[in-house]
Amino acid sequence: MTEVVATNQTIVVVGGGISGMTAALEAAECGKQVILLEKNPALGGRVSQMYKYFPKMCHPTCGMEINLRRIKANSNIRVMTMAEVTNVSGDTGDYTLNVTVQPRYVNENCTACGACRDAVETEFDNEFNYGLNKRKGAYLTSNMAYPQRYVIDPRMIGTADADKAKAACKYDAVDLDMQAEDLEIKAGSIVWATGWRPFDAAKIQPYGYDRIANVITSVELERMMDPMGPTGGKILRPSDGKEAKDIAFIQCAGSRDRNYLKHCSRICCMASLKQTTYLREKYGDDGKATVYYIDIRAIDRFEDFYQKVQADDNVSFIKSKVASVTEDKATGNPVLNGNNLEQSGMGKDMRYANPHELVVLAVGMEPSVDFNALNVGLSVNEEGFIERDPGNGGMFAAGCAADALDVNRAVQSATASSLRAIQVVNQVAGAEG
Amino acid sequence: MSNTAMVEKYRSNFLKEVAENVEEGEWVRMCMQCGVCSGSCPMGPHWEHPPQELFMMIRANKREEVLSSSSMWMCTSCYNCIARCPRELPITHIMHGLAHYAKRLGLAPKENPTNKFSQRFWDNLTKTGRVNELKLGLSLYFMNGFVEGIKTALKMKDVGMGMLKTGRMNPLEILGGHGVKDKSGFQAMLKKAQELEAARVDK
Repeated sequence: MTEVVATNQTIVVVGGGISGMTAALEAAECGKQVILLEKNPALGGRVSQMYKYFPKMCHPTCGMEINLRRIKANSNIRVMTMAEVTNVSGDTGDYTLNVTVQPRYVNENCTACGACRDAVETEFDNEFNYGLNKRKGAYLTSNMAYPQRYVIDPRMIGTADADKAKAACKYDAVDLDMQAEDLEIKAGSIVWATGWRPFDAAKIQPYGYDRIANVITSVELERMMDPMGPTGGKILRPSDGKEAKDIAFIQCAGSRDRNYLKHCSRICCMASLKQTTYLREKYGDDGKATVYYIDIRAIDRFEDFYQKVQADDNVSFIKSKVASVTEDKATGNPVLNGNNLEQSGMGKDMRYANPHELVVLAVGMEPSVDFNALNVGLSVNEEGFIERDPGNGGMFAAGCAADALDVNRAVQSATASSLRAIQVVNQVAGAEG
Repeated sequence: MSNTAMVEKYRSNFLKEVAENVEEGEWVRMCMQCGVCSGSCPMGPHWEHPPQELFMMIRANKREEVLSSSSMWMCTSCYNCIARCPRELPITHIMHGLAHYAKRLGLAPKENPTNKFSQRFWDNLTKTGRVNELKLGLSLYFMNGFVEGIKTALKMKDVGMGMLKTGRMNPLEILGGHGVKDKSGFQAMLKKAQELEAARVDK
C-alpha cells in the first residue's frame, strides 16, 4: 500500500466514522477521487459502538452497513486504516499531508478465519467495548469491521505469542516484520471528520465514576446492550454481575458546566431518552428508569420522542442537577443526593437521597483531536471544535469535528462539507483546464 | 440609604436592587436553577431557603422574605457550592453579601445567632483594634442569660484552664486588654472607611 496516487484534485477525508464515510461517499459518488484515512484498524467510529441510534432506533449493523456497501462498490475511494495525519502543508488546492501508517502485522491474504486469535493467549483491554472486557492480542475490532482483516497488537511484537499467531496462519497473512510507513499525500481539499470522544467521567469527582463500581457511562451502557458486546446484551452491574432493572440517568454529566465542558453536548438528552426505551425492551413493566435533568433538550422534532418516553409509566423525571453520588456499601447501590427543584418553595423537604441499582452518566462530547496542538492552520473555537472560517482555506470540518452533533446532523454536516470540498477541487480542475 | 429609600428607588425590581447593592449580586442573574448548590450544602436541611431558592425568590421579587430570612446567615463558607456550580457563581460570597445588605437596611433577623455573634465580634474588635478573646468568649457565654452563662462556663472550664496554662489566654485581659499602638489612628481609619462605604451606597 505504499504507492498512493493522489493529485491536487484529490479530496482527503480524515476520519472514517459516520461523518467521514458520508463525506467520502458523497464526493466519490460525484466522481471525485477520495482518500479516506482512519486511525483505527476499522471504519465505523463511535456509531459502530452504539447498540441503536435515535430517532429511528437503527442498529449500526443496518445503517452503517449501507455505507460500507457503498464504499466497497465505489472505485473512487481509497480507504487507508491505521493512518494518522501528522502534518499539513500548502494551501487551498495544493495541500500535502504527512501521514503515518502504523503496521497491522497482517496483510491482504487475511481471510478473517480467526486462527491467529485462537492461537494467542495474551489479552488486552478491549477498546471497542471501552475496556469492559478483554480481547486477544490478535483480533478483529468488531464483527462488522471493515476491512475484515485481523490486527496484531503492537505490544505482542517480539513475544513468543506473536510467533504462535504467525504459525497458526494458513494463508501466510501474518507479517511480523511490518514497519510503520511515513507517506506524503497530495490533496486539493481536506475534510476533517475526526469525530468526538466521551468526556472523561472520572473528572466529575462528585459523581464517583472512578470510585463507585455501579456508576457507568452512557457509552458503556450501549456496549452492554449489544448482543455481541461484553455482557452478551445484558445490563449487568459491574459490582456483582447482577442484572440492573432500576437505573438512574444523570444528565449534563460534564456538559453545560464551566468546570468541565462549557457547551451543551446536544445528544445526551436524546441518548438517555433512547436508553430508557432499552429498559422497556428488556424488562417490560419490570424496568424502572429515572432521569435527573436540568432541562430536557430534545431538540426540534425529537420532542415527540420525549413525549412518548414521558407517557411511559416506568420512566420518571426529576428536575435536579444531582449534587453527588455516594455508595450504599451493603447493597452496592449508588445513592443520588440532591434537591428536587419541582418541590422547591412548596414547603416540602426537597432533599433526596435516592438509591438505584445502576447509575448511567450521560457524558458529553468533546472533540477527539486537539486541533490547536495539531497546528495545521485551522480556526478552533473555545470548545475545541473547528470553526467555519475563510482562513481555513480548502479545509472543512464534518460532523463532530465541527460541533456536538447527533448522527442525523453529523451526516448533514458531512454532506455539506463534501460539497465545499468538491467546489475547491473543481476550481483547481478549471484552472488547470 | 434607608430601607424605605431603597424600596422607593427600585420599586418592584428586587433583582436589580440586589445586582447593584449586594456584593457579587450581579451574578444572581446567571443562575440557571439546576439546584446543585442546594443539594451540595451541608447545612441544607437546616435552612428554610437554600441558595438556588433564594435566587429564584430574588427574581420573583420576594424582597421582604429574602432580606428578613435567616437562611443566608446559616452559610458556613465551606465553598462546596462554589466548587460545584456549573456557572461558577460565587454563591458563598453572595450569601454573605445578602446577609450584610439585610443587616445594613436593618432587616436582618435580630435573634439570629450568627447575626448576634458578628455584631459582638465587630464591637469587640473595633474598641482596641485587637480581639479581646476573653471578653468575647464571656459575652457569648452570657448571651442567653446569667444561669446559661455559668453553665456554659463550667462546661468549657477545661478548655479555659488549658489555654491559661499554655499562655494562650491572659486573665488580666478582663481589665481592658491589649490593643494596637495608634488607637485613635485606627478609629479614624474605620470612620473614613465607613464614610467611603456610605458614599458608595448613596450614589
